[in-house]
Amino acid sequence: MSNQNPIRESRVSRTAAMALMFLLAIYFLLPIYFLIVAATKPQGDLASTFGLAFSHFDLFQNLSTLFGRSDGIYGRWALNSVIYAVLGAAVGTLISALCGYALAKFRFRGREFLFSVILGGVLVPTTALALPLFLLFSATGIVNTYLAVFLPSIVSPFGVYLARIFTSAAVPDELIEAARLDGAGEFRTFFSVAFKLLTPSLVTIFLFQFVGIWNNFFLPMVMLQEESLFPITLGLYGWNGQTARVSLLQESVITGSLVSIVPVIILFILLQRFWRSGLAAGSLK
Amino acid sequence: MADIATRGTRVVAESGDRRRLSDGGPRAGIVLAFLTPFFLPFVLFYLVPIAYAIWQSFLVVRRTGGQYGTSYTTFGGFEQYAEVFQNGEFWASIGRIALFGIVQVPVMLVVALIMALLLDTPLLKLKSFFRVAAFMPYAVPGVIAAIMWSFLYSPQLSPVVDLLKGLGLEPDFLGPGAVLWSAANVSTWLWTGYNMLIMFSALQAIPGELYEAAKLDGASNWAIAWRIKVPIIAPSIILTTVFSIIGTLQLYAEPAVLRQISSNISSTYTPNMLAYAVASGNNYQQAAAISVVIAVITFVLSFGFMRLTSKRAGL
Repeated sequence: MSNQNPIRESRVSRTAAMALMFLLAIYFLLPIYFLIVAATKPQGDLASTFGLAFSHFDLFQNLSTLFGRSDGIYGRWALNSVIYAVLGAAVGTLISALCGYALAKFRFRGREFLFSVILGGVLVPTTALALPLFLLFSATGIVNTYLAVFLPSIVSPFGVYLARIFTSAAVPDELIEAARLDGAGEFRTFFSVAFKLLTPSLVTIFLFQFVGIWNNFFLPMVMLQEESLFPITLGLYGWNGQTARVSLLQESVITGSLVSIVPVIILFILLQRFWRSGLAAGSLK
Repeated sequence: MADIATRGTRVVAESGDRRRLSDGGPRAGIVLAFLTPFFLPFVLFYLVPIAYAIWQSFLVVRRTGGQYGTSYTTFGGFEQYAEVFQNGEFWASIGRIALFGIVQVPVMLVVALIMALLLDTPLLKLKSFFRVAAFMPYAVPGVIAAIMWSFLYSPQLSPVVDLLKGLGLEPDFLGPGAVLWSAANVSTWLWTGYNMLIMFSALQAIPGELYEAAKLDGASNWAIAWRIKVPIIAPSIILTTVFSIIGTLQLYAEPAVLRQISSNISSTYTPNMLAYAVASGNNYQQAAAISVVIAVITFVLSFGFMRLTSKRAGL
């Protein structure tokens, strides 16, 4: 933008900048490329052929082994991850939006105090919560159930923070006033007027929370013993620990890792603009 | 961060809220109906566990009379904390994390800053490709990233090891001295692009007129970057540093995965792994004390860093 009038830069610094960025791009993409190549190989070729070159194309065989293993447990894990992440992020986004909207638009005593508590929550190391939560959940008997992972996942202080900022920026007070004059209740106003204006922001909040839950490992590890409740991360971690004894599992760990990251990467690339608005709001801090 | 954060939001919030809503806004009941869906789970799953962990950390389990006595739980004051601070494994894990953080966080953030600054100049082509490539690892869960890299570290499978051997080197990524840095590399790979995008978004928000004058005066791109751009995006750099400190102190998944293929990572390698190992041995009070100490260190470091830097930078 600001740099449109070209300054005469020496060819050297252009080349150096491009070379540096290419090296970094190789660094970021190399493990993913390796994973793609490895997922297409038969187990026997993993150690005997060069890791960055394709050999036999066995991807479909590997996929069917992966999904057939232990009565299709991998498909179950994938489904669990989707349930935890999609439902958790959807509920989490809705409650963050309601709270952030109230903090932005309603005047009430204690508002700034509540907001500071939420900001303090952003700094809490969530892994420190997992162990005490485990004990509390054992006492109430919901350890080792879907709820044990789902319930803590819906809380996102960062989501409330984003919702407050986005509401202040995107929802004009005049519109709320107008809806009130028309006799609409506060919830009606929120869902019919504010919701539309906030939709892009809500997508951003949803994405951040989705990735947070999708990537979560420590909480499900602490909470779950039953394999059929595992998300993909925990399931693959378990398989990876067994490859020393069951070396044939290695190919499934590789193929399973690839299958688990491809949909999220696609989601990322398609929804880039939403990430940028979230990160820009984060940088307002 | 609260300081910087509230200041930032207040600016935004006030500009949006300039016109007061009529008759003091809605009734208290309505306000509560908006707040409760978030605050109820927030209290139950955030605040209560914190309070519970603090309470537990002051308890001890004792036995009445010898090995066959019955055990009972009682108030022990700071006994658990005394035990934490006398535990050699605790200090060893803190030492590793400190070394990790002192090296990994600056390396990652400097690379992120250089990338963000380069993307903000006319020097580069293919900008969106570079942005997406750097951000892509953020889509990969820490566990999966560690699994991917552990294949690249493995002496049997790794093409990287093969290539380095071709150059006459004998790399051992999983050796006692190297494995900490192999874990650090996984974190760097995961988070550089994310931090870069936070900084880049801040750079994009700077109005161009700010450096038009400097350009007319013949300032080089370097001078503009270091003298003008970096100071302006200092709050973003502080933010990314604080998030990185929090992340480092919570380190678990990456070393836990590398432990599956390297005997040089113990079950108490990081403070978090230690807390989990202690809890697995049913010593929940000791585990709670360790968790509280980690959380306090996190708070002290994040707030301390923010105060220090915001004073220095005069923010």
